Amino acid sequence: MRVADIVSLTEGVARLVSDGDAVALEGFTHLIPVEAGNEIIRQGRRDLTLIRMTPDIVYDRMIGAGCARKLIFSWGGNPGVGSLHRLRDAVEHGWPVPLEIEEHSHAGMVNRYIAGASGLPFAILRGYVGTGLMDHYPESVATVTCPFTGEDLVAVSALNPDVAVVHAQRADRSGNVQLWGIPGVQKEAVLAADRGLVTVEEVVDELEPVAGQVIIPGWVVDCVAEVPGGAAPSYAQGYYDRDNTVYVAWDAISRDRDRFAAWLDEHGMPPAGVRASASEPGGGDQAGVRASASEPGGGDKTGVRASASEPGGGDKTGVRASAGDRA
Amino acid sequence: MSADYSADEMMSVAAARALHDCTSCFVGIGLPSTAANLAVRTTVPDLVLIYESGTIGTRPDRLPLSIGDGILAETADAVVGVPEIFNYWLQPGRIDVGFLGAAQIDRFANINTTVIGADYEHPKVRLPGAGGAPEIAGACRRVIVVVRQSLRTFVEQVDFITSVGYGSGPGTRERLGLRGRGPVLVITDLGMLRPDPQTCELTLEAVHPGVTVDDVRAATGWDLRVVDDVATSLPPTDEELHVLRDLQARTSRA
Repeated sequence: MRVADIVSLTEGVARLVSDGDAVALEGFTHLIPVEAGNEIIRQGRRDLTLIRMTPDIVYDRMIGAGCARKLIFSWGGNPGVGSLHRLRDAVEHGWPVPLEIEEHSHAGMVNRYIAGASGLPFAILRGYVGTGLMDHYPESVATVTCPFTGEDLVAVSALNPDVAVVHAQRADRSGNVQLWGIPGVQKEAVLAADRGLVTVEEVVDELEPVAGQVIIPGWVVDCVAEVPGGAAPSYAQGYYDRDNTVYVAWDAISRDRDRFAAWLDEHGMPPAGVRASASEPGGGDQAGVRASASEPGGGDKTGVRASASEPGGGDKTGVRASAGDRA
Repeated sequence: MSADYSADEMMSVAAARALHDCTSCFVGIGLPSTAANLAVRTTVPDLVLIYESGTIGTRPDRLPLSIGDGILAETADAVVGVPEIFNYWLQPGRIDVGFLGAAQIDRFANINTTVIGADYEHPKVRLPGAGGAPEIAGACRRVIVVVRQSLRTFVEQVDFITSVGYGSGPGTRERLGLRGRGPVLVITDLGMLRPDPQTCELTLEAVHPGVTVDDVRAATGWDLRVVDDVATSLPPTDEELHVLRDLQARTSRA
């Protein structure tokens, strides 16, 4: 039986996440794959369609760093704090690149994942009717008539990301993943996606059962990377608590383009307009990045636009082939 | 005596009291969460608190900053996934009260948490969006809204309908097939409003102590209807204030 490869986070992202991919980093407050998001920024991915029910500060960073061309979501805020300022800047002012959005309700998004995981083209729910969401996204929300009762219900189209990225407490050496506490929508996201990358607090010889556990078998996951603390500043039940101070501090950092650029620089992340070389996983040419990051406001916008003008960029065929090899 | 309290404290206390006959409550984060947690410590000790993160029957010892804080899972009767909380628990109409906040609310209690500005594609302000609210507003047996009242929040017509109140008036909810009753009470820092049983229009029913009807009119973006004999809310008791402040103190220490 196929097992997941245990790899470094750098290798996992390099292997599974390509420019132009539809990527779902899921986690519902708990177990948010923050370090994986940071690594995607470091590797300079571009033109991503980011999918998540609750994009929080991870997606704010990725959007501000110019990784995304589209966001599919249902609630985009800094929980308990306020706005996501990089998201707002992208939507309200097109900075650093224009961001297309597609928004849903939580019930709609979760059912879209369920349809994706179930191999169905759409899911049915009672929702959306009478709201503005129904009018704006006919490509993913429509009415459908029940063949048995004749009742009108709402259909939402399936979500099938190219890659799902989630964080969990533990995995064994075959890549069987174990998570507990608030389980969110992680299992559905992994099963809906073509490829799965899971970061874990620790890789262990044997998974000791835990009450309320969810197991994601290794044979539906491509890569597992051990990243202790990989969900911080969110939390991992049984390992560490949510660090609310980071969420509060993010408000001031993200409010200002220059402070945000300085934050990226401090964390070895290239700003929008600077491409880390994909062939050098782990962040590319640091010297080049630093030089350009010292230009306040985030570097060469022209460069960004040029690359954003190639929709769906990146060689997906190559990626698919390599994912298939491991299957 | 409890002469010194803020308008926000009055609002939270009034909102907690409003849950007195509630059996289960789907709790939004922010003001609703504060009031619901106050309610279980004062008026309704056996109230079932449900957060959209999948925590059912939770009893946090402090206010959670997010809807999925660890304390919610650790103290819950049951922790379920997001698919289950929306499909099995919310959708069938099992939950008594949906407790929501709003960025804008209009005459017919429609709620906007999506964008400010008439042009959706080019919003003046991009708000967080829908979250669980549209289906909470549709499926819970009734909805209670808690929101600070001002000309910014109380508008003639919301810029975007994120969650349906009474749509364009009587008959809208029935036509849309929404199974819950919709908003039955709106609690603000100035007073309390209920939909008129005939017109569905939000009507001022009570003011908080020290607030006049004219104050409320001045903070409302439409020609506000007022019941004939407006009540005045009872001020917070010492006990209510003590419990609320203790809850907030424990929250800021955490």
